[in-house]
Amino acid sequence: MTPEEFYKIGETHREKRDQYKNNINVCIAAACVSLQSEKVRESLEEEVKKQGKEESCRVSGTGCLGLCAYGPLVSINNEQALYAGVTADDASEIVKKIDKEPIKRLAVSPELPFFARQNKIALEHCGKTDPDSLEDYLALDGYEALYDCLTTKSPIEVIEEIVKSGLRGRGGGGYPTGLKWSTVEKAVGEKKFVICNADEGDPGAFMDRSMLESDPHGILEGMAIAGYAVGASQGYVYIRGEYPLAIKRLRAAIKQAERQNLLGKNICGTPFSFDIDIRLGAGAFVCGEETALIASIEGQRGTPRPRPPYPAELGLWGYPTLINNVETFANVSPIFRKGAEYFSNIGTEKSKGTKVFALAGSIKNTGLIEVPMGISLRDIVFDIGGGIVDGKKFKAVQTGGPSGGCIPEEYLDMPVDYESLSKVGSMMGSGGMIVMDETSCMIDVAKYFMEFCKTESCGKCVPCRVGTAQMYMLLTRITDGEATMHDLELLEELCEVVKHTSLCGLGQTSANPVLSTIRFFRDEYIAHIKDKTCPAGTCAIANNKEAVQ
Amino acid sequence: MEQTAKKKAEAPKDKRQKLVDATMRRHGHSSYALIETLHSVQEAYGYLDDDNLRYVAQALRVPLSKVYGVATFYHFFTLKPQGDHTCVVCTGTACYIKGVPAIFSAIKKKFSIDPGETTENEKLSVLTARCIGSCGLAPAVVLDGEIAGKVTPDDVVERIGRLIQNDT
Repeated sequence: MTPEEFYKIGETHREKRDQYKNNINVCIAAACVSLQSEKVRESLEEEVKKQGKEESCRVSGTGCLGLCAYGPLVSINNEQALYAGVTADDASEIVKKIDKEPIKRLAVSPELPFFARQNKIALEHCGKTDPDSLEDYLALDGYEALYDCLTTKSPIEVIEEIVKSGLRGRGGGGYPTGLKWSTVEKAVGEKKFVICNADEGDPGAFMDRSMLESDPHGILEGMAIAGYAVGASQGYVYIRGEYPLAIKRLRAAIKQAERQNLLGKNICGTPFSFDIDIRLGAGAFVCGEETALIASIEGQRGTPRPRPPYPAELGLWGYPTLINNVETFANVSPIFRKGAEYFSNIGTEKSKGTKVFALAGSIKNTGLIEVPMGISLRDIVFDIGGGIVDGKKFKAVQTGGPSGGCIPEEYLDMPVDYESLSKVGSMMGSGGMIVMDETSCMIDVAKYFMEFCKTESCGKCVPCRVGTAQMYMLLTRITDGEATMHDLELLEELCEVVKHTSLCGLGQTSANPVLSTIRFFRDEYIAHIKDKTCPAGTCAIANNKEAVQ
Repeated sequence: MEQTAKKKAEAPKDKRQKLVDATMRRHGHSSYALIETLHSVQEAYGYLDDDNLRYVAQALRVPLSKVYGVATFYHFFTLKPQGDHTCVVCTGTACYIKGVPAIFSAIKKKFSIDPGETTENEKLSVLTARCIGSCGLAPAVVLDGEIAGKVTPDDVVERIGRLIQNDT
């Protein structure tokens, strides 16, 4: 397809859409779908027909609108009004009052801090386009950044732009993306590969899933730009097998893009060719580690290997390979569309841009948010998140999943960026944020994560395989009320050993939940050991006591 | 062992077998396609049975030990047949702190099975998932492929009961 042609597709589609006076967008991302949003969409379509408004009213599906706790969500005329908790029965009223004041009983104010404090870059198209429609994406200048890069920029210039933007890896490590790209570009190899890491294994994180379900073309475009920059002609998306909807949408998007020659041979008539294939993960958390992920794509057990050599030099089938996270790729095309400077002006000195977080746990507004780096945790939890449910007291917020830590109230005013989070013994991680209230026992939480790491340990290196099992055993003794102070000392020592001697990130960070809870909630550990009581009243000790009484 | 695999290859192929073959063909019968192929086997048959593991090993020219290694390494693959209905309980962090243990004990009380087990009459399998990514709806379960969010232990037991009852 020539650029004129795809500008034209976008233009005609825009015109076609503008013909409609009213647009009704129903969220069809997984959370809303599981609350029957497909039914809501069907009945809205029926109602539009019934009331003879086909000419002026268009019903379509759209990606995640963010406020997952109150689904199914329906957005009217590009978020002029947002309806929450819509059922199929509300359809006739919605269509009837489409030109009038929003229906009070369903409406959520767009001025809520939940919406007002967000800054959407990676999620720019979420809630604005139909994820199943390439035309929708083109109408929002989709694939223009790719075409622009292919025709007006050399690969080096593309990389320079990414370096200038200050984008850092959003998978958790925070490695500068530009630097990674230029290492792969410089590496010598007959072939090169680009891999998108969508193996979102952290329990409590659903950012990647939402992005893939809501804006699959955005990720594909980012990958193609990366492919051009580093000189690769094949890309893989390694996605969790547990995300059937995301897989389906991504497959459809790849087909649409191939048909319009936005992927495949000689993209848009340029000499650049790039194919993207999907590889399904099979439920191994360790495959989020890049060398394990490569082994898994090669059809092997997902065990990591020591680095260096890094995948940038010796990756998939021995060729230089670029691996980035979904959110990193989602940020690529906005950087070219809006300029590197726009992006680097947001955020803090060392952490530029925005970060997508999945808010969950004991918080009112669970859902997907994108906020500028440097915002305080307090703002996220109490302002955007709306505070704790049922009037309970805040206890801790857990970031970074099984590799992160629990952050207590006194650190809530800390800015959210890579460095500050590491300083308090947690990490940015991929962006899961679980809020816990006073009824969560911190030792039980640490034990939960340790059980996770113990089961997910691939078994290759001893510190992780044996260490996590031993740490789990010690934590169980504490929650069962059988531990002594010596056990606590042993646990702390063991944490340090596992942290410093494990082969890959899984083992090295597996002690973080324990270390951070010991650091901030030592009293609670001591209450379990010395007084044999659980202050939160939710772990095994508390249950046993109840049983005895 | 080779004989069974051969027999399988020669026997008239049912639709499910064709799906598996198509996946292997698409990847040029390369050993790299092992995981993709196991995915198709599980999709077609519901689980990985011994015959199919042998068949795949032979067709992709991968040692059976390695096929078995891969099949057991990844949690997504199951080597046991499932019951008629499945209830996958999400054990992600958000679901956990909102009361997954209570769901398990309610299921155990009613159907006498632990997570990972199937009832004796093969009606119900209870499985766990690390995180199904529906944290906004915690606690969540997946009943026969459909996600049910914000459930209580009684809810789950009742819904499962309804599923089983619909059969009879």
